[in-house]
Amino acid sequence: MSDPALIRLSAVTKTYGQGQVAFQALKGIDLAIEAGDFVAIMGPSGSGKSTAMNILGCLDIPTSGSYEFQGVRVEQLARDQRALLRRHYLGFVFQGFNLLARTTALENVELPLVYRGGAAPARHAAARAALAQVGLAGWEDHTPGELSGGQQQRVAIARAIVTRPAVLLADEPTGNLDSHTSHEIMELISAFNRDHGLTVLMVTHEADIAACARRIVRFADGRVDTDHRNGGTA
Amino acid sequence: MWWNTILLALRAIRRNLLRSFLTVLGIVIGVAAVITMVTLGNGATRSVSDQIASMGSNMLIVMPGQRFGPGSGGAPPFRAADVEAIRNQIASARWVAPVVNRGSAAVYQASNWSTVITGSNSDYFEAGNWKIAAGRGFTEAEERAGKAVCVIGATVQQKLFGGQNPVGSQVRIRQFACEVIGLLQGKGQSAMGSDQDDTIVMPLRTVQRRLTGNQNIGRVIVSVQPGISIDGVRQQVTLLMRERRNIGLNEDDDFQVLDTRQIAETLTSTTRILTMLLGAVAAVSLLVGGIGIMNIMLVSVTERTREIGIRLAIGALEREVLLQFLIEAVVLSALGGLVGIALATGMSIALAGAMKVPWLFDPMINLASFLFAAAIGVIFGFFPARRAAGLNPIDALRHE
Ligand SMILES: Nc1ncnc2c1ncn2[C@@H]1O[C@H](COP(=O)(O)OP(=O)(O)OP(=O)(O)O)[C@@H](O)[C@H]1O
Ligand SMILES: [Mg+2]
Repeated sequence: MSDPALIRLSAVTKTYGQGQVAFQALKGIDLAIEAGDFVAIMGPSGSGKSTAMNILGCLDIPTSGSYEFQGVRVEQLARDQRALLRRHYLGFVFQGFNLLARTTALENVELPLVYRGGAAPARHAAARAALAQVGLAGWEDHTPGELSGGQQQRVAIARAIVTRPAVLLADEPTGNLDSHTSHEIMELISAFNRDHGLTVLMVTHEADIAACARRIVRFADGRVDTDHRNGGTA
Repeated sequence: MWWNTILLALRAIRRNLLRSFLTVLGIVIGVAAVITMVTLGNGATRSVSDQIASMGSNMLIVMPGQRFGPGSGGAPPFRAADVEAIRNQIASARWVAPVVNRGSAAVYQASNWSTVITGSNSDYFEAGNWKIAAGRGFTEAEERAGKAVCVIGATVQQKLFGGQNPVGSQVRIRQFACEVIGLLQGKGQSAMGSDQDDTIVMPLRTVQRRLTGNQNIGRVIVSVQPGISIDGVRQQVTLLMRERRNIGLNEDDDFQVLDTRQIAETLTSTTRILTMLLGAVAAVSLLVGGIGIMNIMLVSVTERTREIGIRLAIGALEREVLLQFLIEAVVLSALGGLVGIALATGMSIALAGAMKVPWLFDPMINLASFLFAAAIGVIFGFFPARRAAGLNPIDALRHE
């Protein structure tokens, strides 16, 4: 308990491919994130932001270096243990939404709860509440095909927060949205961070979106370039 | 975990209704085809062997002439003396029945039916396994005197008497009236496909005197005592006939002796081969159904890989994903198998009725096709999923 950080990356590298075609996307990342923080990750395309997010989200493992989550060395965990970590502590919002096709919003949001177990009525209630929180009350029975991009992204956020995770990881959550909808989504995420103490890690290209965060980390060429607190909130 | 996973599997089936339907359809058609074919084949085999049993086993049929070879037309017919010789000189002959057939119309009141008149003796009923359903058979006195009495088959009873009791009525055959003294129990089709019940049996002498006008006998049926080698008796009959017909040492028989057991074996093995052939054709359709399922499953693997990626990303364990896909495959193939069995039962009952063969439920073939269908569904539904569930979540999500 001597380490206050929720998340600590130490000298993390990630190499895609092998031999001649090997490409080092991360070249040694050191990063510590405290619980309750709201961090925006920025940087040019190809600088390794998504790669780092996937590692932070336990969807992928580093080639070398260590990733500690609440003091646990993630890269040493077995596949199933990492799955359980995702199940209980992490919520992921993808740039491409990644909802189940032809499945209602309610069932999509309920899905993580199904894997957690628990009684069906409680699951339904929690999923409805999460949809209401993202402003989609009344849209429960719509499938992704019947929802706009912004609505789909909200369903994805509802799915990520319905389990009350410790960390929300969002990879360009507003990448496909117009600026009005983007700000709505950002307000939503900020509210979760502010009101529920949810730790948020978010990749974005837009400065005004990053302005919602309390801390901005800039990547360049597989390394952390700059790391500073947002003036107003620091 | 079990109940939730079953729930997830059922949801996935509902979500992909068309794909699920096509999968089930492939199995249904395959299973139904195999079971129907084999069930009908079994029924046909049974009906043939039933008919053979009804014909009487351990029976020799002696006929003048050879079916093949020259001079068969001119072979002299048998006479009553030949029948007596067989009866007296062949100890293992249990029943000996001379037979003369003649087609003729039979008339009762306003009904008229064209049938086959059989002239024989009372041994005919024993040898041919005929049961008297009503009335009685011939007495020896009636046989000797050539009385105008007859025992009629079930078809004739249907056509002339409309199913009423015919015993005691008079039937007109050509110029003479004949009293019906008995009714034969129905036997149905013969192994060769003719209606055995479409006949009127009279004493041999009556037919010879009033219908054929000669002393000829068409064939002699010899029923052998049980437990005695039919081949030996056949040999004895052949020798006796050669002697009586003065056939020289190096001359061929001018008659033939058929063995019903031999006919029976030939017919049964023919239908059995037919059943196997039908079953093989149907098995091909089951295989084609399986390949159809495989296609559907492989085509959907792209979408399913992304689905698996999503499930893994939100915290599903690999084995939970696998269990879900396994349950999905098992539910679909079991459903297909059950519907296939139900369909096959309906179809085979209807077809067996139309083909007039008995319907026999064969648990083995039902079970085997069901298991085969289940195996196909599980293999093709499960193995593509297993590959996907072994991927890193991020790779499964990126799958194009
Ligand atoms: N699966 C992969 N195989 C090989 N190379 C990859 C793979 N994923 C990413 N890369 C490479 O790693 C580098 C970093 O990719 P990453 O997706 O992390 O960039 P990013 O910072 O998220 O960019 P963007 O802003 O465009 O999303 C890129 O040069 C990319 O080509
Ligand atoms: Mg990216």
